[in-house]
Amino acid sequence: MPSCPDRQAASRATELRHGARDTLPLLLGAAPFGLIFGALASASPLGMAGALAMSALVFAGSAQFIALSLLGTGASALVVVFTTLVVNLRHLLYAASLQPQMARLPQRWRALLAFWLTDETYATVYHRYVHDDGAPFKHWYTAGSGAAMYLNWLGWTALGAWLGTASPALTHLGLEFALVATFVGIVVPLLRERPSMAVALTAAVVALAARDLPYKLGLMLAAFAGVAVGVWRDGRQRPQPEEAAR
Amino acid sequence: MNGTLWAVIGGMAAVTFAIRYTLFGLGGRLRFPPRVQQALRHVPVAVLTAIVVPMVLLPDGRHWDLSWRNPWLAGALASAALALGTRKLLAAIAGGMAVYLLWRVVFT
Repeated sequence: MPSCPDRQAASRATELRHGARDTLPLLLGAAPFGLIFGALASASPLGMAGALAMSALVFAGSAQFIALSLLGTGASALVVVFTTLVVNLRHLLYAASLQPQMARLPQRWRALLAFWLTDETYATVYHRYVHDDGAPFKHWYTAGSGAAMYLNWLGWTALGAWLGTASPALTHLGLEFALVATFVGIVVPLLRERPSMAVALTAAVVALAARDLPYKLGLMLAAFAGVAVGVWRDGRQRPQPEEAAR
Repeated sequence: MNGTLWAVIGGMAAVTFAIRYTLFGLGGRLRFPPRVQQALRHVPVAVLTAIVVPMVLLPDGRHWDLSWRNPWLAGALASAALALGTRKLLAAIAGGMAVYLLWRVVFT
């Protein structure tokens, strides 16, 4: 469609802005975690530089929190990296779901949007893609959401790191519970389907039973056991006709 | 910060980007079999539960604390109730933290 370049630029800017705007509630949700991560990380051996570098380069909130607690228990580098891999595996699902929209973009766009792919941006962008209106610049919308999340995360990490260095007492306020509260808040609504309940129960029991294994291997074991039980229950539960027909 | 910690950050960045980018980069040339997709769907619940439950039930990492005085347990239960009741993540987090802090002030 040969439209004038001005209008194209305008519609790119609109998509970018709308992506950021639609991510706003999630920016507010991420703010306390950025703050807490910055404060806890800057008070740990990571220090200010490590806190900022992790938020800038890894950009995965829950993995960053877990890495922080693993490093605190003296886990080795390999264990932390492997745990990050397992914890972030869910992003494969998001990537698989958005993949068809990426195929027509140049690689540098794909790399940028992949780097910015978080739970929050996926949740936002997914709705935009489901609405199939043939708009040509949806990748700018995705970029708007990703950039907003990224800058928000960096900004709150920096503020938290500064506060953590300025008044280390902040880290003794019980902010470490924020991680538990967040994960409980994410998991509990997912437990309504029956296989998920079995997955959670298995993971919990194995994690408790294997908690004294070295290198936090109990966490890995629990994750794999939970997933295995989930797959087993899926297999038993559904001979689904529409699955078979596909 | 020492070299090991930089290696940790570098490794974390590399695996995280690899997970997010692989499918985008291949652009449709790789599809997971349905069974693998199904398995991946269970990853968040399994991982997050395995992280949280020991933290809540053994707050010091060694000793069980199943009493109602345990602030971790009280806070987690409050978060769970709010998550189910309000379906708002922010409410679950804020309410859970409030209960946790209150318990800590009152019981320790």
